Amino acid sequence: MNKVLLQVEDLRTYFFTRKGVVKAVDGISFYVREGETFGIAGESGCGKTVTGLSILRLLPEPGGQIVGGNIILDGTNLMELDKKEMRKYRGRMISMILQDPMTSLNPVYTIGDQIAESVRLRHDLPDNMVEPEVISALRLLNIPSPETILQQYPFQLSGGMRQRVVGAIAMSCRPRLLIADEPTTALDATIQAQYLALFKDVQKKTNVAIIFITHDFGVIADMCHRVAVMYAGKIVETATTKAIFNEPKHPYTSALINSVPRLERKDTRLYSIKGQPPSLVNLPAGCRFAPRCPVAKTVCREQEPPEVDIGDGHSVSCWRVR
Amino acid sequence: MDTTRLMDWDKVAGVKKPKSVFWRLTFIIPAAILLMVVIMAIFAPLLAPYPYDQIALTERLLPPAFMEGGSTAHILGTDLVGRDILSRIIYGAQISLSVSLVVIFITASIGTALGIISGYLGGRLDAFLMRVTDMSLAFPAILIALLFAATIGPGYWTVVIALSLLGWAPYARLIRGEALKLREADFVAQARIIGTPPIRIMVRHIFPNIINPLIIMATLMVGMVILTEAVLSYLGAGIPPPAASWGNMVNDGRSLLDVAWWISTFPGIAIGLVVMAGNFLGDWLRDTLDPRLRQI
Repeated sequence: MNKVLLQVEDLRTYFFTRKGVVKAVDGISFYVREGETFGIAGESGCGKTVTGLSILRLLPEPGGQIVGGNIILDGTNLMELDKKEMRKYRGRMISMILQDPMTSLNPVYTIGDQIAESVRLRHDLPDNMVEPEVISALRLLNIPSPETILQQYPFQLSGGMRQRVVGAIAMSCRPRLLIADEPTTALDATIQAQYLALFKDVQKKTNVAIIFITHDFGVIADMCHRVAVMYAGKIVETATTKAIFNEPKHPYTSALINSVPRLERKDTRLYSIKGQPPSLVNLPAGCRFAPRCPVAKTVCREQEPPEVDIGDGHSVSCWRVR
Repeated sequence: MDTTRLMDWDKVAGVKKPKSVFWRLTFIIPAAILLMVVIMAIFAPLLAPYPYDQIALTERLLPPAFMEGGSTAHILGTDLVGRDILSRIIYGAQISLSVSLVVIFITASIGTALGIISGYLGGRLDAFLMRVTDMSLAFPAILIALLFAATIGPGYWTVVIALSLLGWAPYARLIRGEALKLREADFVAQARIIGTPPIRIMVRHIFPNIINPLIIMATLMVGMVILTEAVLSYLGAGIPPPAASWGNMVNDGRSLLDVAWWISTFPGIAIGLVVMAGNFLGDWLRDTLDPRLRQI
């Protein structure tokens, strides 16, 4: 087993708005090992992206704030770093790929300039060393004819190619942890498959740990070693990918898996979870999923379920699991 | 056969052909006019047939050469005290050009810096800077300039400082809006993700993306500054006579418009040409600097 690279303990990230406190992430804990791909799954607005941004300590200002918890990366508690020290961790230790490749590149610089910027920011290289470093970053992401791409502007590239360039920028400083926030959502299905294969390849070459944020269980099955399922700011279940698919314990996890269309079940209507996720300002008492849960008991509506470890790194927060 | 073309793309609105003759002319003509003005300003003593302040009372109010009674000695005529209009326009280019360049440089620099800081950093600093901007915009610039001239006396630097004192505000307002929009842009987020320090983000990522509105603003201001300088000169707070500025020349001839229209008209044409040239060149630059438009 590889050693643990990132340990998140009881992370709480709130947004202070005029309408009240939005508890976007409300006490989540997980760990990621070196060279591992850890998935965070859940529907829109459950706190996946905020979790990613919290690890980088780059929350939208004003309003977003980490109010509690520890983020320990390779023995250093990121919460104890000041702004300047934190900036040194970004890029070099942790990097992130955003969702939309169309807007995450600066339109006025060539691809070469943009990768060079991140290379220069990290290693104090002499000028003649920058270009080889940039080209090797492009090679890492399997970008064909990197010498040509260097001269091009973002608008001249396709979506898939831009997302590779974004990946090259993120990987150019050789981070040890990469947070990928739905990097394939904006891509079409065939490009998506290529891009996912690329991730595995990059991981094999660099042993980078990846946190894969997605709502797509197909991607989870393909990519991740372990998965955390989030609902309304909390992790409801953490397990290996195999265990999540074969023996989901939390009713929400089962419901999500049942909502994935399958080829062998053409005749039945696609399952959907009734109701809406709760407002993060007014959370229900007890289990947050209780109002939509088909098997909720009285206790579910009154008390929050504790996290129970059922062995093999499989933990669930549900009153039905003992 | 033309049937293979589903649509005549050349005629689709908004599609510019950068290499068309018209496109080139929109650059060549304004650039030529501005170049001419620059040359006029730099080589004024060599180009002008007379010194700008040479009075010749025997040659007062001579009409331009092409009119009856005009002479080729004074191609554009003379003014009330017999000074050569053409020479004064050539010398006037020095003042109009240098005042507008200096003022635009100062105001654009201050306004852009404040706008970017305000928009990108936000918070209380933003609120404070924008209230100061509001106040500056609400204040009549002429009044401040007059007050200023009355205190330290009219002159070149009085005009420059008076125009700069409040001139930065429109830039700050415009640029702040752009910076606010760009702050939320994904590429700025991506820059922060790789650990780019805030100053570098402002300089490398925000600034290049606001150059277009900045250029448009600055070119529009060329006209504004030249006109305001003229107004100040008229009110006695501008460039003091006998120095020639296009503004005070227009005002010199104002009361003589019915007997000697040329005194005001020629410097007026000069102002109009330069303002238009500035606007056209600004447009051309905007379209050229934007790599998305360049490729079409």
